[in-house]
Amino acid sequence: MKRRIWLRWTIVAALILIYVWTFAGIRFDGIKPTAGKITHSIFKGIFSPDWNYVYLPEGEDLLRGLLETLEISILGSVISAIVCVPFAFWSASRRGKNRAVSGSGKFVLSFIRTFPELVMAILFTKAVGPGSFAGALALGLHSIGMLGKLFAEEVENMDAGPTEALIATGANRFQVLWFAVIPQVLPGFLSYSLYRFEINVRSATILGFVGAGGIGTPLIFALSSRNWERVGIILLGIIVMVTLIDLISGYLRRKLA
Amino acid sequence: MNGPGTSPASRLPKKPSRIKHYLTFILIVWMVWGSAVATDSTFRELFTGLPEMWKLIDEMFPPNWRYFDNVVPAMLDTIRMAIAGTTFGAIIAIPFAVISASNIVKSPWILYPARFVLNLIRTIPDLLLAALFVAIFGLGLMPGVLALAVFSIGLIAKLTYEATETIDPGPLEAMTSVGANRIQRIVFGVVPQVAAHYVSYVLYTFEINVRAAAVLGLVGAGGIGLYYEKTLGFLEYDKTNSIILFTLAVVLLIDFISTKLREKLL
Amino acid sequence: MIELRNVSKSYPNGTKGLNRINLTIGKGEFVVIVGLSGAGKSTMLRSINRLHEITEGEILIEGKSITKAKGAGLRRIRRDIGMVFQSFNLVKRSSVIRNVLAGRVGYHSTLRTVLGLFPKEDINLALNALERVNILEKAYIRADQLSGGQQQRVAIARVLAQQAKIILADEPVASLDPLTTKQVMDDLRKINQELGITTIVNLHYIDLAREYATRIIGLRAGEVVFDGPVAEATDEVFAAIYGRPIHKDELLGEAAL
Repeated sequence: MKRRIWLRWTIVAALILIYVWTFAGIRFDGIKPTAGKITHSIFKGIFSPDWNYVYLPEGEDLLRGLLETLEISILGSVISAIVCVPFAFWSASRRGKNRAVSGSGKFVLSFIRTFPELVMAILFTKAVGPGSFAGALALGLHSIGMLGKLFAEEVENMDAGPTEALIATGANRFQVLWFAVIPQVLPGFLSYSLYRFEINVRSATILGFVGAGGIGTPLIFALSSRNWERVGIILLGIIVMVTLIDLISGYLRRKLA
Repeated sequence: MNGPGTSPASRLPKKPSRIKHYLTFILIVWMVWGSAVATDSTFRELFTGLPEMWKLIDEMFPPNWRYFDNVVPAMLDTIRMAIAGTTFGAIIAIPFAVISASNIVKSPWILYPARFVLNLIRTIPDLLLAALFVAIFGLGLMPGVLALAVFSIGLIAKLTYEATETIDPGPLEAMTSVGANRIQRIVFGVVPQVAAHYVSYVLYTFEINVRAAAVLGLVGAGGIGLYYEKTLGFLEYDKTNSIILFTLAVVLLIDFISTKLREKLL
Repeated sequence: MIELRNVSKSYPNGTKGLNRINLTIGKGEFVVIVGLSGAGKSTMLRSINRLHEITEGEILIEGKSITKAKGAGLRRIRRDIGMVFQSFNLVKRSSVIRNVLAGRVGYHSTLRTVLGLFPKEDINLALNALERVNILEKAYIRADQLSGGQQQRVAIARVLAQQAKIILADEPVASLDPLTTKQVMDDLRKINQELGITTIVNLHYIDLAREYATRIIGLRAGEVVFDGPVAEATDEVFAAIYGRPIHKDELLGEAAL
């Protein structure tokens, strides 16, 4: 009992220290006089969006920006869903497998996961030039971290029985993989890929901030030129697209389960 | 019984059509192919980019360790931003979670608008929020804190109301039967059951926010992200690399601590 | 013919799973192995097709050593040994026919099986196997839609399609109710008698063993303590195998038989 009380006070003291340290370091200069006006403009922009921007015959409009965002996320998701498969099998810990092997795989995946995707996008724009391809590569590489982990869990939770049965019929390794492992894990893999696709659509909307294509490019221009009507319509476009994708993808995932 | 060569097909049920599978497959291939064409993504592009990428990696090593001293304050700011943002978000998330849980609030006129707001918040990426707040409040930590706070509301409130909906209704009924009012029912019937989950979700959101805070500087919202832009702009890749490694170390450390705490909680 | 020559299996921690077992099982026999759980029944069965490795001795299948076989040679021997499991070990998400065809993969090249190009004879073989166990009409249904007894019959059909010369059945009826237990055991006996396939079954129920076996082998602590025809397997013999009088739950009950 005494130890519990002691523990409680230690936690409280630690929390107080953390918060004192935190807020002592955050300077609050007061709200700028223009803040209210800008907030008002942004809201006005959102509620009276620049509808003309939705479709422009000469290009560079909202719909094309959103389409490009979708394309980046589709490509990024497909790249990661394919590339992460060997990583998943590498890092899945199963009976009779060396723990050091799966441990190293898990470490690599968490390393990839931790690497900020926006920084990855910047690096790719340096390598393949600015544009959507850099964005797709960044999403593709970054998503391996999370997808690889989820896929590995799917492999770990797989029923070992069919594998045993296939070995018993005299199947070779590849045939065991094809007839016993893949049919079991494929629905899970697809479902997780769709889930990651939903996340990637969100991420792809801001890749343009660093020159990696998508709707983020016109958005950052509109923000820096304080064109709030345009910011408003783009924001609206993003909200609608993300919501629609979530609905469709969620429906597909329920069907897969 | 027939001999092994003869076909029992006549007594067999009709083979199900596979057209749906083929169509799905074609649709996916078409979408991926279309995306690749539209974004100019080709293997050739990738291969011609490879030497360039290799050069970049070559320039990143060895990392410039001395640069650490310059970025430590910014890294601490990043952590401060994540702590403050998560805290504000976690506090505001509580009333949102309460009015979104169908076993506490019965009126659909409150329930659905509240959930709608939460869903809306979660559709907006945190970096976009940060860019908007920078536009409003100017450069600094404040817009970063606000962006993380708004993002945290969406996530923590959603996870918490979902946990609230799965609680054991017994204690709630007991509180009703002793004549407790609405607030008393929540404090004595719900809070004890959800508190541990809530704290765990706050820690989980904190982990996400540390990662997010590290890049918020790219849009001017303070923290280490500022230095990514700075060093990359000056093509000082060895410095960029040291920041990347620093970020990775901090994030992994915080993840580790937070995960341990969460395991203790549940 | 199956020969076990001085077969032992010891685990790394020193415990003996099997202890110097010598057995010869002739073609067409219906052997039932009985013993307490942990007596080594499952270990012995799985040693025969080398799903488990033995640490001493040698096992010969039709005169060829499976113990010394490697790679393709090992798979070749396994192809002739079908196995039926307690938990059926079907790929639940795949169709019944695909599960049965999985028994054929040992006969074909990797590429051919992966592309799904099974020859017409294989498909007929699979359909005939399903007809033999009376579930032909379920051929295109997903395996998880079937009852436990039906799933076990699919597993038996898989062994038939494999054209195995030996069937190993590891507690094939342990997860089934008394009525389906009888149907599955009848299927196994019919196959044994009509096709002359050597059958070795691990069973928990004593009355079931007496009903179906031509020969009973009793295992106790990894050693053969009884080996003889059914007529000799009296209640006293069983009590000796078990080291205690027979329990009620070791009898399936007269009603089912």
